[in-house]
Amino acid sequence: MSEATTETSAPVANQRGLGWFFSLDNRYLAPILITSILLAGEFSFGVLESWSKLLLAIGTSIAAEVILSRLVVGKWPHLASAYISGISVGILIRSPLFWPYALCAALSIFSKYLLRWRGHHLWNPSNFGVSAMLFLYPAAVASLSIQWGNSLWPMLVVWTLGSLILARLRRFHICLSYVGTFVALSGVRSLITGTPWLADVAPLTGPMYQLFVFFMITDPKTTVRSKKGQCLVAVLIAVVEAGMRLDSVVDAPYYALFLVGPISNIVDMLRVRNAPAPIKAA
Amino acid sequence: MNKPLLRTLLAVGFVALLVGPKLYLRHEATSAATQARAEALSHYGMSLQEVAAASGIHFTHSIPVVDPKLANIAPMIASMGASVTIVDYDHDGWNDIYVTNSQPGSHNHLYRNLGNGQFVDVAEQLGIADLNQPDTGVCMGAVWGDYDNDGYPDLLVYKWGRPELFHNDQGKHFTRVTEGSGLPAWINAGAATWVDYDRDGRLDLLIAGYWPDDVRLENTPTTRVMPDSFEYANNGGRKWLFRNLGNGHFKDVTQETGLSSTRWTLAVLAADLNGDGWPDIFIANDYGVSELYLNEPGPSGRHFREVGAASGIGHSPKSGMNASLGDVLNSGEEAIYVSNISEPGILVQGNNLWMPDSQHPGRFNNLASVMGVELGGWSFGAQFGDLNNAGYLDLYLVNGYVSGAPGSSYWYDFSQITGGNAKIISDAANWPAMKGRSLGGYQAKRLWLNGGDGRFQEVSSAVGATDTYDGRAVALADLENNGALDIVVANQGGPLLLYRNTVSPGRNWIELDLEGSRSNRSAIGAKVTVRWNEQEQVQQVVAASGYAAQNEHRLHFGLGPNAVIENIIIQWPSGQRQVIDSPHPNQRLHIRETP
Repeated sequence: MSEATTETSAPVANQRGLGWFFSLDNRYLAPILITSILLAGEFSFGVLESWSKLLLAIGTSIAAEVILSRLVVGKWPHLASAYISGISVGILIRSPLFWPYALCAALSIFSKYLLRWRGHHLWNPSNFGVSAMLFLYPAAVASLSIQWGNSLWPMLVVWTLGSLILARLRRFHICLSYVGTFVALSGVRSLITGTPWLADVAPLTGPMYQLFVFFMITDPKTTVRSKKGQCLVAVLIAVVEAGMRLDSVVDAPYYALFLVGPISNIVDMLRVRNAPAPIKAA
Repeated sequence: MNKPLLRTLLAVGFVALLVGPKLYLRHEATSAATQARAEALSHYGMSLQEVAAASGIHFTHSIPVVDPKLANIAPMIASMGASVTIVDYDHDGWNDIYVTNSQPGSHNHLYRNLGNGQFVDVAEQLGIADLNQPDTGVCMGAVWGDYDNDGYPDLLVYKWGRPELFHNDQGKHFTRVTEGSGLPAWINAGAATWVDYDRDGRLDLLIAGYWPDDVRLENTPTTRVMPDSFEYANNGGRKWLFRNLGNGHFKDVTQETGLSSTRWTLAVLAADLNGDGWPDIFIANDYGVSELYLNEPGPSGRHFREVGAASGIGHSPKSGMNASLGDVLNSGEEAIYVSNISEPGILVQGNNLWMPDSQHPGRFNNLASVMGVELGGWSFGAQFGDLNNAGYLDLYLVNGYVSGAPGSSYWYDFSQITGGNAKIISDAANWPAMKGRSLGGYQAKRLWLNGGDGRFQEVSSAVGATDTYDGRAVALADLENNGALDIVVANQGGPLLLYRNTVSPGRNWIELDLEGSRSNRSAIGAKVTVRWNEQEQVQQVVAASGYAAQNEHRLHFGLGPNAVIENIIIQWPSGQRQVIDSPHPNQRLHIRETP
C-alpha cells in the first residue's frame, strides 16, 4: 500500500499547535496515519489477527527492502515505504496461518524492484502482494472485511483524519474522484441487480476501503502525473471495480487497481515526453 | 556479481515466491488423499458406516418459519434448530437419542435404543414430542440433567421461545414442570447447560440468549433484528443463570453472579477451566469474541468474572458456534475447541483450539493452526472423542450453512453487507435477497485423527464420513456397548445420521458412568484422570458440549494396544477424591461417589 507518500519532503519547522502537522516531513505523514489507524483500531476493537503476524509482515517487508535495495540499487533505502507495505499487509490480509503474512510482504517488495518499466515500478507494492495472495492462495487468505466496531464515529474520524492528510499531500482529489464514482456506480449496480443500494455502498463504510482509498490508489509512485489524469484513473478503477462487482467478484477493488494501475502508468509514461530520469526505488 | 545475472536470479526467486508454495501445498494435498484412499480402515483403525435408516431412524429436521418481512434472508435466519443429545433416560444400560425439530407443529423424537441395533421413537408416548406448538416458539436444542437427584435425567428443551422443563418419572413418562419452575415466558436461546455452579449438590441451569428476548421472528413488526456488527455485535440475547432451590423452583441469579453478556451466544461450556475445582463458564459467541467467566467467591455467594481478553481467548472476534473440551495432548490440560467460518478467499477466520498456557497460568494459546484443525468450512458442532481407541482424543466436526441451488453462491452479497456499518447491517431489509442461493453449503465434514504428536490428520472421506448435509449438532456415544464411539449428526433441514463405528481389534478402552451422592447425582462437574502405560488423560463430565448437543453421560477413554491401567482418579464436585486402582480395560464401570 502506500509506499509512496515518501517522494517529497518538506522542511521541518519549529511550530506550535497544528503547525507541527502542516510542517511535518511528508515522508512521515503516511506512516503516522496508518500507524494511528492501526493502533486506534486494535486497541478499540482488536482489528488485528495478532501482533506477531503484523510484526512478521513488517519485518519481512523491511528485510526484503533492505536486501533488494542493496542488491538492485546499491543504496540503503528509506524504510518508510517498506514499513507502510508491511503494516498494510498485516492489516489487509486475514489468515489463521503465519506464512501468508511473510509471503505477501515479500511479494509486495519484490514486485517493486522487479516489475519495472523505464525505471518505475508499475504496481502499488501491497496491491500486488495482496492481489497475488487472494488469487493464488484463497484457501489460506481472505481480505479484511470487518468494521470499526459498531459505531459510526470511528469511521468518521478516520475519514476526516485521512482526508486532512491527503489534502496536505495534495492527493485528496484522487480519493474524491474514486469515492464519488463508487457511490454513483453503487446506485447503478443497485438498479441493475435489484439489491438494496445500502448493501452496495456498505463496503465503503469499512476499514478496508479506508486503507484502499488513503494508501493504495493515492500512491504517488504508481499514479499518473497530471491531476486530471489522476482523477481519470481513479474513476476508471471504480468503473472496472463496478464491472467486477456485477460479476460477484468479492475482491474487486484490489483486482481493479491491479489491472488499471500499471496500464495507466505505462500510458502516462508513453505520453509524457522528456520524462524525468528514472526514479530510484523508494 | 554482474547485473544481468543478479536480475535473473532475483526473477527466479520472485517466481518461486509466487508459485512455489502453491505447488508445495498441492503436492501435500494430493499425497494425503492418495494415501487415505489406499489404506483406509487398516491404516486408521476405524471405519464408519451410515446406518440411520437401517436402524429404524427416519427423521428429517424441518426448519423454523420466519416472518415474511424477513423473507429475503429467511434461509439464514432459520438456519438453526437441529440438535442431538444422548441420554439413557430409562436406565436400561443403552444410550438413547433425542432430537429436536423446529417447524411450527413438528415433533421432537426420542429414539429408544433396543439394544439390538434398532431404535424406536417413544417421544410421543412419553410426552416430549409436541413442543413446537403455535405461539410458543420453536425448538433449538435440549440438555439433560438430574435436577432433583432422583436418579433419572430430566430434560430442558430450549427454544426461540418458551423454555420447557420436563421431569423424568423413572423413565416411564415425562411430566411438564415448566409452570412454577421460575423459568421466564420467553428466551430466544442459542444454548443451555446444566451446571452446579455453587457446588451445593443441586444442578443449576444456564440458558444463553442468541436473539434479543423481545424479538419474535415468526411475527416481527420490524426488520431491525440483525446484529449491529459482524464481529463486534453486542445487541444479542441476555444470559440467564437459574439457581436450583431444591423444590423444583429455580431463581434467576444472573445479575448477582455477574453474567452480564448480551452477545449472540451459540454454545456454552460449563467446566473447571482453571483447575480450582469450581465450574467456570465459556461462551462461544457469533458475531464477536468468545467470553470466559471464571467462578470466584463473591460478597454473597459465587460470582463470575469475565476474563476473556486477559486470557487471550477474547481478543480476535470471529463467529463462535461451538465449544467442546478435550485433553488433546494427554497432558492433563484440557483445550477448548471453538468453530468459526472459513471460506477460501472470502472469510478465513479459522477455528480456535484454546490450549492452557503452562508457562502463564490463566492464559490460553490458539493451537488450531499448529495442530492442523483450523480450517473446517462454515463450521458448527464438533466433539472430541477417541474414535479409533488409539489413546488420543480425535475431533469430529460438522459444517455447512445453507445449501441452496447447486452451483449458486450468496457469498458476494454476504461479503458486501457484512462489511457495512451497524446502521446498514442491523436492518434485514438492507440484506440482498438470497433467492435460493447457497452460502457455505454442501461442505465435506472433518474427522481429524489425533496422531499423539501434536498433529491431527483429516480422514473423514477415507473412513466413510461422506455426507455434505448442513451439519449442526454432533454427539458421540457408544450405542452398541462395544467400546467404540458412534457418531450421531443432526442436520439443518436434513436427515438425522447415525455413523456406526467399527474399531480395529486389539485396541483397548474403558468407559466410566459416574453417579454422585454428595455431589449432584449426574456427577456433572466431576473430573476424571485415567493413568495407563505411563500416560494420562483427563476428562470432565459436562452437560452441553459442542453446538446444541450432549454426548453420552459415560466418559469413554481409548487406551490403545496392550493397555495396563494404573489407576483412575475422580475429583467429585463435592471436593471428594476417589481412586480406583488397576481396573481392567475393556469394561464399563459404574462408579458411585463414596458417601
